[in-house]
Amino acid sequence: MSDQPAKIGDNWPNLIGKRLPRVDAVEKVNGDAKYAGDFNLTGQLWMKILRSPYPHAKIISIDASKALEMPGVKAVVTAEDFNGWSWGWGPTTRDETPLADEKVRYFAEAVAAVAAEDEETAEEACALINVVYEELPGIFDAEEAMRDGAPQVHDYVDNNISWDFHMDYGDVEEGFAEADFVREDRFETGRTLTGFLEPPAAVAQIDSSGITIYAAKQSPYFIYRQLASCFKLPLSKVRVIQPYVGGGFGGTKNDSTAGDFCAVMLAKKTKRPVKFVYNMEEVLTTCRRRHNMIVDCKMGMKKDGSITAVQTKVIADGGAFTAIGPLTMYLTGIMTTLPYKLDHYKHDAYRVFTNHPVSAAMRGHGVTHTRFAAEIQMEKMADELGIDPVEVRMKNAIEAPHETINGITVDTCGLKEGLEIVSSSSAWKDKDQNKKDGPVVRGIGISGTSHLGGARQRGHQSCAAIVRLCEDGTVNYLTGASDAGQGSDTVLVQLVAEELGLTMEDVTIQRVDTAVTPVDNGSYGSRVTILAGQAAQKAAQEVKRQLAEAAANIWEVDAGKILFNDRTVFVDGDPDKSMSFKKLTQIACYSETGAVIMGKGFSEYGLEKMDFEKGYGNPGVNYSFTSQLSAVDVDIETGMVKVKDFLIAHDCGRPLHPVNVEAQTQGAASQGLGQALYEDFKMREGRTMNSTMVNYMMPLSTEHPDFELHDIITDDPHGPFGAKEASEGSIISTPPSIVSAIHDATGIWFTKLPVTPEKIVLALKEKKENG
Amino acid sequence: MEKITCNFVVNGQAEEISIPPNRTLLHMLREDLMFHGVREGCSHGECGSCNVILDGKLVNACLILAVEADGMEILTVEGMVDGDNLHPIQQAFVDESGMQCGACTTGMILSTKNLLDANPDPSREEIKDALAGNFCRCTGYAKIFESVEAAAESMKGTQS
Repeated sequence: MSDQPAKIGDNWPNLIGKRLPRVDAVEKVNGDAKYAGDFNLTGQLWMKILRSPYPHAKIISIDASKALEMPGVKAVVTAEDFNGWSWGWGPTTRDETPLADEKVRYFAEAVAAVAAEDEETAEEACALINVVYEELPGIFDAEEAMRDGAPQVHDYVDNNISWDFHMDYGDVEEGFAEADFVREDRFETGRTLTGFLEPPAAVAQIDSSGITIYAAKQSPYFIYRQLASCFKLPLSKVRVIQPYVGGGFGGTKNDSTAGDFCAVMLAKKTKRPVKFVYNMEEVLTTCRRRHNMIVDCKMGMKKDGSITAVQTKVIADGGAFTAIGPLTMYLTGIMTTLPYKLDHYKHDAYRVFTNHPVSAAMRGHGVTHTRFAAEIQMEKMADELGIDPVEVRMKNAIEAPHETINGITVDTCGLKEGLEIVSSSSAWKDKDQNKKDGPVVRGIGISGTSHLGGARQRGHQSCAAIVRLCEDGTVNYLTGASDAGQGSDTVLVQLVAEELGLTMEDVTIQRVDTAVTPVDNGSYGSRVTILAGQAAQKAAQEVKRQLAEAAANIWEVDAGKILFNDRTVFVDGDPDKSMSFKKLTQIACYSETGAVIMGKGFSEYGLEKMDFEKGYGNPGVNYSFTSQLSAVDVDIETGMVKVKDFLIAHDCGRPLHPVNVEAQTQGAASQGLGQALYEDFKMREGRTMNSTMVNYMMPLSTEHPDFELHDIITDDPHGPFGAKEASEGSIISTPPSIVSAIHDATGIWFTKLPVTPEKIVLALKEKKENG
Repeated sequence: MEKITCNFVVNGQAEEISIPPNRTLLHMLREDLMFHGVREGCSHGECGSCNVILDGKLVNACLILAVEADGMEILTVEGMVDGDNLHPIQQAFVDESGMQCGACTTGMILSTKNLLDANPDPSREEIKDALAGNFCRCTGYAKIFESVEAAAESMKGTQS
């Protein structure tokens, strides 16, 4: 970015790059942090949702009279109350209603909701609602769902194609003809849970002043628009207040839930506030999950390891509704042209309706599936050509500046540097010597991947900030960006304080309240630091400009000579002319024009033309690169895999808050570990069989390895202080590096995630039988 | 449902409260006594976010009926603070950024207290084992392990 603050003294920057505590740390350790479920409003009722016992059925009738007779029950809502209103990501795919209308399309879909004096009464009343269903044949396999004659989940599309997306760049046939070796493989990725620990919750009220809702949202401006549309209110009368958020990771908390709409509707009916908290079983059976995808990947390679062409076909199980699925499909294709040189690429993606719960975004959105496939296929082919896994990556890795065939522009790239770090480690160099005998075999694998930062969608892209100077020299900073736990509040405060030459304690961040904070796209696609960060800087610069003018008047110098550092304001080159930030603030507020000093700023990226339909142009502001080594121990008798070490070299441009960057890399790798080895919803006829945290397995403390992390500094020109993505890179790089390590240990390439002990034992048995 | 009158000492404060026999200790603490630092996650005893210390023992408050705790002493994360001063374990979690979203943090801190009370100088493996009942989706645990080690270090020679 062009307008970075001027370098002041040897210690500049004061805050950026320093290991500072998080701004929310104290409240999170002493119990003060309030989450949506911690709010209670006077006179509130409790809501419970009645859910479908069938994955696909017509609703013949709903009789709630017995429930309404029950003492303590105040109201019931059904689809009728919403009068056919529906929501979804795009104008042509608004196919989801708050409550099932005419038919249910997945098991546990919301059918009715009850408000009662307490939670138990609401739950008991749900059981008294008599719903008559006529079961319909269900469809639970995406490939079968595409065939003629398959049960149709929706009438508005044929063959259950929820969305399709196609890219065709260069000439793949020509590319395959140039190749010495062409491979085709089928890969599959699992259905995974986002895994936030705080279930969706809200307390809502509505009266003549509008809607007020305290809701657990990662991107509160989604529900803000959806509630306005659903309840036919101007946006100015929808107030979403953002408490602390107990994890997001995409999907559910970037969207509305049935509970949100029902709580407001029940509040409208009863004229009392209505509260709900989903239980974890509702989370596991009804919340948005990562798409299960089949990825058919075809790659051409020359004898020297250079890739000549890639062709991918994705079939994604979308579940019952579209949600944000079109963006998922776009991302499966657009990012496959990174991080390896590619002149010919063709991609066909199909998102398919089934009678499963809805699939949507999750950390590493869309990218993780196709990158896993291409990464493993590349290494498999190199293996067959006798080329080392590092060599094949170095051969194909892009270097900055680079423009992909689909118009993605990369100005900084630390991939080769990362691969050098990983491959010069003793774990890699001595991997053959370290092979153990006996039932537990050591394997080492690597990967090299990329992710976007500063994601954009169609439509509104910008982030904004308001910085209000208080008369005592402290600052209120208002942002529409929300921190679901990733630490963005800390980084944004850091940026504002850095600009103004203040300390972290001088700046207080206002969590999102749509009545007060500026509108924002949301916290997804690693966009907050880059875009909300740029807006924060600009707003702080605007405050600084006004203060500098006041100081320039006092000292009769040019405003450009006024500098701000360490809570002090001074004239450049004239150390006698200096005063505290607080004193200047007071002079500016009281003695000068008396103007209230406020600054506003907007981000500037994501405004240039892109082609969403063809997958051309930048999907983000800039691009991170992650190189990873994973060491695993595989017990060849039981198939158990234990990850022993992660070595991750990540190019996030520049870590603004190094502790947060480390923590994000560690956390995303942890989720990648789950995705690689354990996590998958077991489905049977539309039912989620592992619907509790006891039997849906996620990595616990004992499953975590030691981390060795390396920052690669590339100072991207487009991010604040050079920053790029830091929160998703390692969820892309972890699964292929683990699968590569399992191959190193067992000699078997696994192509279906998760690689469970059962799969390993069976594959080893098959390998032994086939000699 | 007929309510039963129970007596507890919560964070050093005596409480007398009438509660239905099917109310969990978790819901009694959260909904009746407003200790929101006790979090509800899985409700199945798997995630540890509702951890409290009951008569010196670490428990999942979601798995215990409040009436079972009649006459007992309960420590929640709120009770670890001494005036404006954080407990050294809480301070270590602040210093080492041993949290992200915070949903698991309070339970994690009580598990840490339970560990360090019994074993003031735990190894990394002992820390992993002690926290195996506390689920965290955000951190990959590394900064949590470092927080526990920092807490042990800062508490050396002192009583927790």
